[in-house]
Amino acid sequence: MEAFTTFTARAVPFDQSNIDTDQIIPARFLKFSRKDGYGNFLFYDLRFDESGAERRDFILNRPEYRGAGIVVAGSNFACGSSREGAVYALFDYGVRAVIAPSFSDIFHANCFKNGLLPVRLPEEQVAALRQAVKERPGAAMTVDLRSCTITDPTGARISFSIDPFWREALLQGLDEIGLTMTYRDKINEFERQYHGEMVWLA
Amino acid sequence: MGQASTLFDKIWERHLVTARPEGPCLIYIDRHIVHDGSFHAFEMLRQRGLTVARPRQTFGTPDHYVPTVSRRADDAPSPNIARMIETFDRNMADFGIDSLPLSDPRQGIVHVVGPEQGITLPGLVMVCGDSHTSTHGALGAFAFGIGQSENAHVLATQTLWQERPLRMRIKVEGVLPPGVSAKDVVLAIIAKIGAGGAVGHIVEYAGSTIRAASVEQRLTICNMSIEAGARAGIIAPDDTIFDYLNGRPFAPKAAQWDRAVAYWRGLRSDDAAAFDREVTLDARQIAPMVTWGTSPEDGLPITGAVPDPGAERDPARRQRMTAALAYMGLTPGTRLTDIPIDRVFIGSCTNGRIEDLRAAAAVLRGARTVVPTLVVPGSGLVKAQAEAEGLDRVFRDAGAEWREAGCSMCVGMNGDLVPPRQRCASTSNRNFAGRQGVEARTHLMGPAMAAAAAIAGRLADVRTLNRS
Repeated sequence: MEAFTTFTARAVPFDQSNIDTDQIIPARFLKFSRKDGYGNFLFYDLRFDESGAERRDFILNRPEYRGAGIVVAGSNFACGSSREGAVYALFDYGVRAVIAPSFSDIFHANCFKNGLLPVRLPEEQVAALRQAVKERPGAAMTVDLRSCTITDPTGARISFSIDPFWREALLQGLDEIGLTMTYRDKINEFERQYHGEMVWLA
Repeated sequence: MGQASTLFDKIWERHLVTARPEGPCLIYIDRHIVHDGSFHAFEMLRQRGLTVARPRQTFGTPDHYVPTVSRRADDAPSPNIARMIETFDRNMADFGIDSLPLSDPRQGIVHVVGPEQGITLPGLVMVCGDSHTSTHGALGAFAFGIGQSENAHVLATQTLWQERPLRMRIKVEGVLPPGVSAKDVVLAIIAKIGAGGAVGHIVEYAGSTIRAASVEQRLTICNMSIEAGARAGIIAPDDTIFDYLNGRPFAPKAAQWDRAVAYWRGLRSDDAAAFDREVTLDARQIAPMVTWGTSPEDGLPITGAVPDPGAERDPARRQRMTAALAYMGLTPGTRLTDIPIDRVFIGSCTNGRIEDLRAAAAVLRGARTVVPTLVVPGSGLVKAQAEAEGLDRVFRDAGAEWREAGCSMCVGMNGDLVPPRQRCASTSNRNFAGRQGVEARTHLMGPAMAAAAAIAGRLADVRTLNRS
């Protein structure tokens, strides 16, 4: 997994809450191999019309937001389907951080396995951040996981908190399966006791 | 312990491999179900040269991509889709996982097959790479959907790093009025607490309505927990559940059954247990529900009208409502029963079980559908049961199509799609833009309501349907 330390890019604001993963990546693209990249699938039906031409009114197609690397979204971002393709599509498009008041639980978990940083901030702070982005569209902002701060397009700094376990995982680009493998003896011991008690499962 | 704890706490504590004071803990996974969409996880294992740690605790059946016109992968509408089923079979064989392949009469939607086979049991921690894994909580399991990297992690280690969710209890009290189904209950819950209302929580459903509910009604309610953002839904297991499980293939047998039931009887929230949030609904106030918008929270009683964004004070919500109505092609103030429909879908992990098909057939018996109506059983065994009861004849005589088991038009990954700008009355779980097909317009409802819509050619109140 690619490590995340600090990232500077232009941001794109999404005002709506409850943006679902069917919007982020329609189901018909989930059968493709990750090797070929998922970036083009991101928000596909919102970005492109039936002929495959760009929809000019969609925010990511506007010159000032095209290629954005940071998403500033509404609450319950990426709700619905568990499809990890939503993270693949954002990541392969170039997004490395998503800032929102809340995320769907599954998407939030998926982010940490793929080097995508989800930042939770209070509703008012996210709304103010979206406003700051709209007032300086295309301006760069920075998300620094080492110091847990965001530098918004005006240069103002906002601090955020994140669980230390996941922070460390992203900073190191942790191999989670590798980490868990070091617990093998503990898992085996747990299993022995557990199945000794729950004999109907052994 | 001595301290009062919830049903969820009891399961959680029993599965802690490594507890940490905050943040994620390493928890043990009892059973893991995989399907034809889980291929990324197997690819991850291959890339790293890993094997499946506990193949006997891993179960597979293909559902998302399977054709419903036959049981042959070749009948998929494109070679790319057919390849998904072949890939599934190869992954099951390569990694030594027992599966119910497309050719097996027990194949079906993972969330129908799990309970049906007794793979799902009270007190288990269960995962599957599908958000509707919340369904299995109906039997008293802590069951939740995961992503493909987590699939790979479970396959390799039989554990997961999980943050402990908050606890919410939703009590539903009273007797449901005639014509009101479990789907209406859960749509009413989501309308009340919102699509993000339960994010970060596990929801325990309780109250007299839930206690009186059948297993299948409970499965429908827990299934849509995720549509309120919940990590999982759960219901304390009782005799209704034990009677249902007794004798199922993967359920305990003989003396082990008795030991299991003795343990399961302790799986309930203590009277003094504290919840982070409590919500109560009066079942007697719930009417048949339909959705008008593009979020499952957009549910209204069928007696209502399309809402007016102009009357909404919150600008963000007003904007979302306006966009939803534009997508749905609806005008504020239109009575819901005046909305014409183009097709009907009856099926899915929400409403593809035998009781759902019976409810739909009861409405369709002796009537004619006036729009294309697709009836897709949730599993091969549900199909066989329906046919044994003659329900397939009822559907066919009414002009509906009777298909083979799969996820089908709930998500359209197998090519069963709603065409652009067509309006579908659907018993599935999501009305998201594009969910049933590009520009498809979905109205969610229960199976009897969908059957009523098929006869009326518009959204209809099953309680007052004129069937002549």
